[in-house]
Amino acid sequence: MHELKMKYQGKKMAPAFNAFHTFLYSPNDTTHAGGTHVKGADDLKRTMNTVIMALVPILLFSMFNAGYQHFSAINGFPENFSVMEHFLTWDNFWIGIVKVLPLVVISYGIGLVVEFIFAVIKGHEVEEGYLVTGMLVPLIVPVDTPLWMLAVAVVFGVVIGKEVFGGTGMNILNPALTIRAFLFFAYPTWMSGDKVWVHGAVDLAGGPDAISGETVLGFLAQNKEFQYSVSDMFFGFIPGSVGETSAFLCLLGGLFLIFSKIASWRIMVSAVIGSLVMGLIFNQVVDLGWIGETSKFYGLMSFDFWKHLIVGGLAFGIVYMATDPVTGAQTNRGKWIYGFLIGFISVMIRVFNPAYPEGVFLAILLMNVFAPTIDHYVVRGNVNRRMKRLKNAVILPKDSDSKAEELKAETV
Amino acid sequence: MGLLTKKDAGLILDPLADNNPITIQVLGICSALAITAELEASVVMAISVIFVLGVGNVVISLMRNIIPSKIRIIVQLIVVATLVIIVDQVLKAFAYELSKTLGAFVGLIITNCIIMGRFEAFALANGPWKSFLDGIGNALGYGVILILVGFFRELLGSGTLFGVPVLGDPIEKTGLYATGYENNGFMIIPPAALIVVGIIIWVQRSRNPALVEEN
Repeated sequence: MHELKMKYQGKKMAPAFNAFHTFLYSPNDTTHAGGTHVKGADDLKRTMNTVIMALVPILLFSMFNAGYQHFSAINGFPENFSVMEHFLTWDNFWIGIVKVLPLVVISYGIGLVVEFIFAVIKGHEVEEGYLVTGMLVPLIVPVDTPLWMLAVAVVFGVVIGKEVFGGTGMNILNPALTIRAFLFFAYPTWMSGDKVWVHGAVDLAGGPDAISGETVLGFLAQNKEFQYSVSDMFFGFIPGSVGETSAFLCLLGGLFLIFSKIASWRIMVSAVIGSLVMGLIFNQVVDLGWIGETSKFYGLMSFDFWKHLIVGGLAFGIVYMATDPVTGAQTNRGKWIYGFLIGFISVMIRVFNPAYPEGVFLAILLMNVFAPTIDHYVVRGNVNRRMKRLKNAVILPKDSDSKAEELKAETV
Repeated sequence: MGLLTKKDAGLILDPLADNNPITIQVLGICSALAITAELEASVVMAISVIFVLGVGNVVISLMRNIIPSKIRIIVQLIVVATLVIIVDQVLKAFAYELSKTLGAFVGLIITNCIIMGRFEAFALANGPWKSFLDGIGNALGYGVILILVGFFRELLGSGTLFGVPVLGDPIEKTGLYATGYENNGFMIIPPAALIVVGIIIWVQRSRNPALVEEN
């Protein structure tokens, strides 16, 4: 590979070979004389790999859950549920391999082909940014999503969501959520409703063996009862998009990302607070009797505020999507505002969206758009405060030379 | 081109590509986004604008020496409004269904920036023949983009062209739909037009780097 890299140096295909080379080996070229010599160990590739490590447990869990939901919907949910006996079985895992793995393969395959084509055209290095996106995409779509739809959406998301802005680090919107939003608006029948969330429900619909594929939020939106307990919701034994169901694993992944300082704890904490506040407001509205049991919002509004965190994609979105360092807010104060509004708006859309009782991806995309504005005002606010401080500051004359004094005044 | 001098031909041909009103001057975007979900509507809109802009440019050019410059915008508006009402009435008489689809957008040709733009920039300063060519050229440039966007949006969004199914029947699952293909609902909504126009601009500028603005 070293030889190949040398051989193709300066040729048109060089970026493609360099990408494979850096992926497989440590770099074989040294820093230029006169340039920077000290570099952080947490480069882009390391950062991306850490996020992927945090996602692997969720992927494995989702593969088992795909099978568990499929068989439970057909045979009825087991009494005396035990994880070893009913969940971690080869049958369940096999459904996961057949249904979830192709999504991962298509997402990575198509996405990386697009990245390579753009790298060759533009003549820059292939960026590692897609490694996380490619892993997130299969986890946020329904399990029965047709593969060609995913492929079309990935091409759209990577080209329109990222490459037209200049590639990794320049994108305004989170590419994985751009892909999700494209799928949602382009093929709504495959992205919402009461069938798509459990493997097989679409094929069996209308027949004698028809099974339900409704999510908890879907039941709530129709003011219906559901059979999932709180621990089911927390640990993720519920239908939903492939990898979003387990709030428990999202929590572990989030702690891991905070511990490794990859993701911002400010965004996560404030997003949790935001969703709790919105949930509490809705609970209050119900308690005050402003909204009757016949209202179509009753089910979602009366849902205990803290339970919003453990159903649907809110936990997954907060941990893995909202914390995207490129599209999120950059300033610390901005991160609080940005995160809070994501949680707040997510729950709001969830309750009021008549067609589809979930809004995390819409809320995060919306706040992606506003993140630079939030940062702008945070920075302006800081500048104004310091200008005021400067105006009030008494600069004592000292017997040092005037230049040092000027410098001091500037840095107040 | 015996009929036209080289310069006159340029008046018609330039707006079709390198000086296109939509992709280069970025005028007339609103209607390009709103009515391009169907190819038929795009074609009718393009013809309407060709008529209004061609005739309007000639009328303004003939009156250019007698219009007091302080009230020229009002005079221009009256000319456009008259022409647009003619178009609207003709559509209502001969293509009622279509005029309902186009709805307010025929009336809104009045506010189409391309028309006022050409009146101000060209017809007020040039003779009737040249103004006529300029009007036709710019309206054609607008129409070409409209039809291009309409083509892709109707084909991908509804699987039809001029309302005729070309990809098979989505309900009976014939043709391409038998393989599991489905219409792309995203293409029906106006934001898709924004993205299609964006892609056209992108392709045009990467083919002709001279069009890329320095910033």
